[in-house]
Amino acid sequence: MMDVSSAPPLASQRVPPLSAEGKALTGHAFEIGPDAPLKLDCGIDLAPVTIAYQTYGTLNADRSNAVLVCHALTGDQFCAEVHPITGKEGWWESMIGPGRPVDPAEYFIISSNVLGGCMGTTGPASINPETGKPYGLGLPVITIGDMVRAQARLVDHLGIDTLFCVIGGSMGAMQVLEWASSYPERVFCAIPIAGAARHSAQNIAFHEVGRQAVMADPDWRGGDYTGQKVKPVRGLAVARMAAHITYLSEPALHRKFGRNLQDRAAITYGFDADFQVESYLRYQGSSFVDRFDANSYLYLTRAMDYFDLAAEHDGVLGNAFKGTKTRFCLVSFTSDWLFPTSETREVVHALNAVAANVSFCEIETDKGHDAFLLDEPEMFAVLGGFLKGCAEHRGLLR
Amino acid sequence: MTHQHPASAPLRVDLQLIADMIEPGTRMLDIGCGEGELLDHLWREKQVDGRGIEISQAGVNACVTRGLSVIQGNADTDLADFPAGIFDYAILSQTLQATSSPRHVLGELVRIGKRAIVSFPNFGHWRVRRHLLLRGRMPVTRALDYSWHDTPNIHLCTIDDFVDLCRDLDIVIERAIMLDSNGRPLSGIRGSGALANLFGEQGLFLLHRRN
Repeated sequence: MMDVSSAPPLASQRVPPLSAEGKALTGHAFEIGPDAPLKLDCGIDLAPVTIAYQTYGTLNADRSNAVLVCHALTGDQFCAEVHPITGKEGWWESMIGPGRPVDPAEYFIISSNVLGGCMGTTGPASINPETGKPYGLGLPVITIGDMVRAQARLVDHLGIDTLFCVIGGSMGAMQVLEWASSYPERVFCAIPIAGAARHSAQNIAFHEVGRQAVMADPDWRGGDYTGQKVKPVRGLAVARMAAHITYLSEPALHRKFGRNLQDRAAITYGFDADFQVESYLRYQGSSFVDRFDANSYLYLTRAMDYFDLAAEHDGVLGNAFKGTKTRFCLVSFTSDWLFPTSETREVVHALNAVAANVSFCEIETDKGHDAFLLDEPEMFAVLGGFLKGCAEHRGLLR
Repeated sequence: MTHQHPASAPLRVDLQLIADMIEPGTRMLDIGCGEGELLDHLWREKQVDGRGIEISQAGVNACVTRGLSVIQGNADTDLADFPAGIFDYAILSQTLQATSSPRHVLGELVRIGKRAIVSFPNFGHWRVRRHLLLRGRMPVTRALDYSWHDTPNIHLCTIDDFVDLCRDLDIVIERAIMLDSNGRPLSGIRGSGALANLFGEQGLFLLHRRN
């Protein structure tokens, strides 16, 4: 850990040019050099590693107001601003921003692209310095633990000893739990939303379907497609379509689309997108491939599959949090069948078993797993109150 | 950031009696914490490290929104996770009679709490007895304001019954306070004997397990 007094001010940080999908990216970058490589769970020492990140708000004088935002499978560091590549608003502007629960007027917010990602952080599309070519499948397999270790190096670099809060949904919630388990003294409060302490068999199964769709695309070429004219966009789009269904709920799909037809009065007796729901999924698939790398999709889904916090602690989940002083607030959604409430409740039981300070709210909604990204006023009220309470305990309120 | 401690609203009388039993700076679990009045009061007034369990999700969300540590759960199933003696106090206010296994719950309270604080309506109160004796119907009183067919109180007991159960479970009664239906202590009644069983509309007990 870096001594707070010797940490460099933010302004002096090196900001190398970043790029993703062949386009220049705005934002900060931090590099882990070969002198102190990143130790991966698979046993390999990885260097150099670039971590692309964004920050919002100002770090206070005693460096106690930092909030680390962990993104989900297909998210990135642009959580609270217009995305430089897609032009769409940040993926969590409902949660992060002026007047929102995580307000840059109060907190110094750090959001980095995960290891293995494709938005500037080292991933399969990055150049392998040993070959001068993209890693492709030559990149070691990444775990949630590896992502968190890389984030911890970034937090060291920023001169922050203890994070006020680590927050994230879905794969982000996995990172939050990993943070709280691996660096308990560095996390004052933790907010895992719509997550689990392990990936279920059903979820591994869905991920495998997505990976097989990518790998079945002849343009994938065993992962060695970078520099080719074509990319495995058809396989990746199918993977995204299948995954997208799991993010919604049956009632939400029915409410949105029912059996409504797409721009036509009657079925066409063909395989065109007759139904609105088909058209919607096709759009989701095709817009996804413009911003996401197929190999990254393989690596990140694998990282989620491998996640099993109890297994890393002799099969007892409570052991992952023994003696923790972190204040937890877990959130789940009634209609989320991908990361159901029962998975969150298991974490709550484990935290109770070690007498952790824990709050748990299940939010009533029909929006499924995606609810954590959407406008859920009750979630915002609960988390705003939780953060305010924690800020009071942390002495952040003046 | 600016923040002011809101002045604590006065607590309900029976909750104030419970609050008075709790030493500052201790750790407690409030089972059936509602919207967190007691938890909030004890944190602000006595720096008590409080946790809550509440059966209604709306209650839980209200508690967390005001900065309290509360989970959704119930007394019958969710006490088993906690290690023995982890709390200085385990509190179950006006809920024992609504649990499906009061004996199990009472045992759990004195297991996870070094002390337990339990309150419940007394079915031995003279008005209850009179009601049943004269009218021949299930008593509906100020303290027990439900018809027999829609009451959540499925395991009503008298003060004497409760004292017997404590003896069975090797539980020591440190203090017993009898209350009227508004939760005010009955100053003339001491202990948990026959007078208590006749005149207490509610009983409030401070307990611990005999070592």
